[in-house]
Amino acid sequence: MHEMAVTEDILRIVKDHAERGGAKKVTDIHLVIGELSSFIDDSIQFYFDLLTPNTIAEGASLHFERIRIRFRCRKCGQEFEPDGQDWHCPSCQALGGDVVAGKEFYVESIEITS
Amino acid sequence: MSDNQAISNRVPVVERLLTANEEVAADNRVQFRSHDVKVFNIMASPGAGKTTLLMATIAALAGHRLGVIEGDVASQIDADKIATTGTPVVQINTGGACHLDAPMIRHAVQALPLEDLDLVLVENVGNLICPVSFDLGQDFNVGLISVPEGHDKPYKYPAIFEAVDLVVVTKSDLLPYLDFEVDTFRELVHGLNPTIPIIVVSAKTGEGIGDWIAWLEDKLGRG
Repeated sequence: MHEMAVTEDILRIVKDHAERGGAKKVTDIHLVIGELSSFIDDSIQFYFDLLTPNTIAEGASLHFERIRIRFRCRKCGQEFEPDGQDWHCPSCQALGGDVVAGKEFYVESIEITS
Repeated sequence: MSDNQAISNRVPVVERLLTANEEVAADNRVQFRSHDVKVFNIMASPGAGKTTLLMATIAALAGHRLGVIEGDVASQIDADKIATTGTPVVQINTGGACHLDAPMIRHAVQALPLEDLDLVLVENVGNLICPVSFDLGQDFNVGLISVPEGHDKPYKYPAIFEAVDLVVVTKSDLLPYLDFEVDTFRELVHGLNPTIPIIVVSAKTGEGIGDWIAWLEDKLGRG
């Protein structure tokens, strides 16, 4: 239910950068979303389609780059992507690790025509 | 190819989302600090026993002035329960939103006598996912999980167990009847968050409530 607020935030950032770039139109928006941040692509797309008519971003394509959770083993330093039900390090079998990826949540870039 | 064809180019942005919420959360934090009030954001699934633990806390935490913010999608039920104890309480109804956010807290604290309080316990909307993404301006995050929910929750909802400062396992009186393996649960939580304390409580029997109160008192700086 909070994708509405997130989508408004995406639009705010996109409009800001599009105007600064002298854009006539925004054609593509690239988002980076970590697996640990709780946002759903389809829902963002839904609100995006609802919010963008008659804006510079109308008709723009949203691209989602999903970043998987990545642990760094505290025992041996190996980085690995944990399986849904197995958090053991593939090198030393220690359980879990520090989360080094998966929390990303940002607008990476936009493509504009000017 | 016409001469007036539009020029396309890619503009790097790299700007984080939800920073507007974080700015308000930072303001809230300043306000809480100025009144020397510690704020605890309590997150759990619906039915994990958040309000029951709050009621037990109000009864047991003598000598500290406590306020409560209740977050629910709808209804005053929880705030009414807390109000019977004489504790200052504000109910936030999110009207559908699955989490509290910093502007909601900023608004709610206007109805609390911060200058007369030592701590505020915020009961977030029952949900293991969304509340984690929204800073409220709290000092500490507390995650509750009840025994019936199962010990495998860290696999399914890692973000909350990574974000909290304390995990409280509630309804421990049900352990003999269910398959919740406390040791496995501890191992998984510590896999994500190696230094985090885990307290096992039952508001029914009183088990562990003393440990929870001791943790709170330690964080209040008078332990």
